[in-house]
Amino acid sequence: MNDRNDLMMIDAIERYICGEMSPDERLHFENMRKANSELDQMVVEHTLFLQQMNRFGEWKKFKSSLDFVHTSLEEQGKIHTENSQGKSKVIYLWNRYKKVAGIAASIAGITAITLSFLFNSVTPTAKDHKVQELVKEVNTLKHNQRVLDKKIQSVDKGSQETSIAMDVRFNGTGFLINNKGLMITNAHVVKNSRNIYVQNNKGEQFKAFVVKLDVPRDVAIIRIDDSNFKPFTLPYSIRKTTSELAEPIFTLGFPREQIVYGEGYLSASTGYNGDTLSCQITIPANPGNSGGPIFNHNGEVIGILSSKEIKAEGAVFAVQSKYIYQAIDELKNSPEYQNVKLSSKTSLAGVDKSTQVKKIKDDCIFMVKGD
Amino acid sequence: MKPEINEKILLQGLARNDKKAIESIYKENYNSVQTLIINNNGSSDDAKDIFQEAMIVLYEKARSGNFELNCLIKTYLYSVSRRLWLKKLQHSNRYTGEIVNIDGVVQVENDVEEHAQRDKDFETMEKAIGNLGEPCKSLLEAFYIQKKSMLDIAASFGYTNAENAKTQKYKCLMRLKKIFFSHYKNGNP
Repeated sequence: MNDRNDLMMIDAIERYICGEMSPDERLHFENMRKANSELDQMVVEHTLFLQQMNRFGEWKKFKSSLDFVHTSLEEQGKIHTENSQGKSKVIYLWNRYKKVAGIAASIAGITAITLSFLFNSVTPTAKDHKVQELVKEVNTLKHNQRVLDKKIQSVDKGSQETSIAMDVRFNGTGFLINNKGLMITNAHVVKNSRNIYVQNNKGEQFKAFVVKLDVPRDVAIIRIDDSNFKPFTLPYSIRKTTSELAEPIFTLGFPREQIVYGEGYLSASTGYNGDTLSCQITIPANPGNSGGPIFNHNGEVIGILSSKEIKAEGAVFAVQSKYIYQAIDELKNSPEYQNVKLSSKTSLAGVDKSTQVKKIKDDCIFMVKGD
Repeated sequence: MKPEINEKILLQGLARNDKKAIESIYKENYNSVQTLIINNNGSSDDAKDIFQEAMIVLYEKARSGNFELNCLIKTYLYSVSRRLWLKKLQHSNRYTGEIVNIDGVVQVENDVEEHAQRDKDFETMEKAIGNLGEPCKSLLEAFYIQKKSMLDIAASFGYTNAENAKTQKYKCLMRLKKIFFSHYKNGNP
C-alpha cells in the first residue's frame, strides 16, 4: 500500500514539474507542498534529478549528432583527416570490395581445409620419411665426421662436433633441479628454439623458457613458467664432486614418446679427446636422450647426458654435475635468482633400483620440446 | 548576409541540435583544430575527441539563453580546443613546454572548467544508468530521454497496460535515483 502511495506521489511530482497539472490541481499541490516539508524536499530532489536526466539526454543526442556529422563529412571528403586519410580510403575500399573479400576468404578457407586434409592423410608416410631422413642425416654426418676427423686431431675442440648427432632432433630430455621448476638440459637442445614446452611421462605439458645458456659446457637452465605446475620436493640430489670409475649408473630419457630407462657405468673421467668438462659413460643412448640425468646408485645426479661419438660403439659423454653448480652460481649474479637452492638431499639411497626409478620417472624427468 | 548575423543563426541552430548548423560549423573549423592537435603530439583520433568536446562547450553556451559570443565561432572553438588539449597533455604528462601555434586565442578558462564539471555529472548519470541493467535501462531511457508516452512504452516492452508499465518504471526510477545520488554525493562532496 505504501509503495502505491509513493508511486502516485512521484507521478504527481513529475506532472507538477512538467506543468501537466490543471490549475486547480496545481494550487492544491502547492498548498500541500507548503504544509509538508518532506514533500517539498522530494520535489526539490526530483527536480534536480529530472534536470540532470534531461540534460543528459540532450547531451547524448548532441554527441550522436556530432558523430554523425563527423562521419558524413569524412565520407564526403570535406574534412581531410590528415593522418587517417589512408584509413578512410581503406574503409571505403573495404565497403566496396566486401563481397569480393568474402568470396576470397571462403576460397582460402576451403583451400586451407583441403590442404590440411591432404596433409593429414599423408602424415603417416611422412613420419617414415622423417626417420629415414634422420638416418640419412646421421650418415652424412658420419661422412663429415670422417672428413673432419683428421682436422679434429689437431684442433682440441671436438666435443661440439660430436654433439651434432643429437642436434638433429629438436627434442631432448630435461630434469628438475629444485622444487620451483628450475630444470637442466643441454644447451644444444634448446639454443635454437623459440618456444619450449616440457612434457612429463604422464603426458602433462608445461610452458618453459630459457634462463641461462652455457654453450661451451653444453648446459642450459630452463624454468617451467606455468600455473599448473605444482612444486614438490625432489627425491634426488645433485652431486658436487667427481665420481669414480666403474661406478654403476642409470639414466632416464625420452628417445621416444615413452620414458626409457638405460643403465651402464662410468667408463672414463674425461670426455671426447680428453675434454675435462665431461666424462665418458657406457650406456645405451639415442637422439632424444640429450639432457637426461645420469644417476649413481645413491640416486644422486652425477652428470647430464650430452652426446655420443658416432664412429665408436658405446662411447657416450656426459657433462659433469659440478658444472650444474657452476652454472647456478653464475645465475645467482642476477637478482631474481639470488636465493636459488638446489635439491641437496637424496631420499633414494639404499633403495632398490626399481623403487628409485618409480619415484623419479613420472614427475622429475621431462621431454623438452622446442621449435 | 552580414557575418555576425550568420554566426548568430548558426548558434541558434546549434542550440536546437540542428544537424545543418552543426555540419557547417564542423566543416569550417575542424581542420584548423586538427592541425593544432597533430602539430602538438596528438593523433587524428585525439583531434576528433577534442574538437567534439569543444563543440559541446559551445553547444552548452549557446543553449544558456544569456549567451553573447564576443568573438568569432572560429576563434572560440580554437581557443577551447587549445585549452582542452593543453589540459589533457598536462594530465598525461606529455606536456613539453609551451604549446605552439598561438594565433588569436581568447580567454576560455572558466567555460572549460564549467564544462569539466558538467561532463563529470553526465558521466555519473551514464554510469548510474549503465549499472541499472535491463529492462530498467531501456525503460527509463524511453520515458525520460526519448520522451515516449507510457502507452507506447507499455506496447513496445510488452506490458499488459500502461499502469503495469508505470509500476515498473517507478521501481526502476527509485533504483536509478539511489545509484545516481550515491555517486553524485561521492563525486561532489
